[in-house]
Amino acid sequence: MSMLYSEKVMDHFANPRNVGELPDADGVGEVGNAKCGDIMKMYIKVQDDVITDVRFKTFGCGAAIATSSMATELIKGKPISEVLKLTNEAVVEALDGLPPVKIHCSVLAEQAIKSALADYYRRRGIDPTPIVGEINDCEACHVE
Amino acid sequence: MKQRYVDNAATTRVSDRVFNAMVPFLKETYGNASSIHAAGRAAALAVMEARRQVAQALNADPQEIFFTSGGTESDNWAIKGVCARLLKKGKKHIITTAFEHHAVLHSCETLEKSGFEVTYLPVSPDGYVTAQQVADAIREDTALVTVMYANNEIGTIQPIAEIGRICREKGVLFHTDAVQAIGNVKIDVNADCIDLLSLSGHKLHAPKGIGALYIRKGIVLQNLMDGGAQERGRRGGTENVPGIVGLGQAISDAAAQIEEKAERLSKMRDRLIDTVLAEIPKARLNGGRKPRLCMNANFSFEGIEGEGLLLKLDMAGVCASSGSACTSGSLDPSHVLTAIGLPHEIAHGSLRITLSEENTEDDIDYILEVLPGIVAQLRMMSPVWQE
Repeated sequence: MSMLYSEKVMDHFANPRNVGELPDADGVGEVGNAKCGDIMKMYIKVQDDVITDVRFKTFGCGAAIATSSMATELIKGKPISEVLKLTNEAVVEALDGLPPVKIHCSVLAEQAIKSALADYYRRRGIDPTPIVGEINDCEACHVE
Repeated sequence: MKQRYVDNAATTRVSDRVFNAMVPFLKETYGNASSIHAAGRAAALAVMEARRQVAQALNADPQEIFFTSGGTESDNWAIKGVCARLLKKGKKHIITTAFEHHAVLHSCETLEKSGFEVTYLPVSPDGYVTAQQVADAIREDTALVTVMYANNEIGTIQPIAEIGRICREKGVLFHTDAVQAIGNVKIDVNADCIDLLSLSGHKLHAPKGIGALYIRKGIVLQNLMDGGAQERGRRGGTENVPGIVGLGQAISDAAAQIEEKAERLSKMRDRLIDTVLAEIPKARLNGGRKPRLCMNANFSFEGIEGEGLLLKLDMAGVCASSGSACTSGSLDPSHVLTAIGLPHEIAHGSLRITLSEENTEDDIDYILEVLPGIVAQLRMMSPVWQE
């Protein structure tokens, strides 16, 4: 099947922003599994309820790398209250769209951020579920 | 940037000789091969010559060659056509392998829905089935054995002659999908005891949309395409004369240089395989080295996913392919790589490089120059890769 990516997707795939790890991260989230071909790991630094720094590592296709990269750009420097409102649709839109079969990559990016935030709250002894919500497994990964 | 095309198992360029042979049948000699007039007769003569060329390449009789739209149609026709006839004789069992092309697997699945039982022979970790496995699976009610000549992803060549002999001894029809083997391996349908053989033109420098099914004399199978009296009433539809002429030219060109090609390409392939395995850590070759198609190399690189690899190679001008799920439109990695026992996470990181006569040592040099860096870049980004 044809897999046409937008220029923005190709740009973020070829020159991904914020790749790497943060050794002194305040929150780390990992979602996906290698079996279904995508794993995203997100590291965040938080100061005064603002995401001051973010890094990612992704095992996955071009779209998975591009959505991770775009997601980091969208949350860097943003207050947590705003970050919590970030949806996968916003990531897709910022990338000028994704092929339908790749939409699950953007879901994974949204979940990676939420998972990092949940870890941040957990480290501070706060139950993340009322704030971040449930982080479900990517439904696309359960397609038989 | 120069484009290096190394995806010849997907499709090939139409060669100049094939193109030139076809052009008259698109322009001046455009008659319908069924027509009585001069234009039609000229087309019919060209079809006849192409049929002879295809037959010669397989050591078959021209009367045993039937033109189709390609490998998929040939596979569908052979499997469904044989089974429809033999069901009437109470035969409702098919033997195939777990790593066939989808044209075969999905045809078998369709027959399963209408009451057939299918044995999917497991494949060894290096990508082979044995004649013994086939012998052990044959039953009283076995209608057909269908085993691919060579695997399209990992290039392993199956013991077709041995399987053919066993089927002949036991009186079971034997079909082989030879789409990947044709033009790379010398095929003799008599020596190999093959009853039905599918082939496709676009894998050997003929255009897309033309193929053939070899049907041994005396075998009756139900038609797939009902229509006019073309192909002696067994495959309706106006003959694709330019395509048929192209296939004839391509197959006789391939047959004429098959040994020289095998020798040259297998040297290039071996240098590629040896260097990749030596220079890239945690790289593995998928599929055994012998017997293997001269033009096929298939690797897995731990810690990375195939689509990213293909995109990076593409940016560097290299057209290759992968068994990764992300390139197939589904989320499951290639059934071939899982059939040889690769765990999903390794199967996702596969890379298939397939050569043709048109590739050069310079292409191999270039791939060896860019590939290690690309793998390293993607691994640097990967949370599952540990140095």
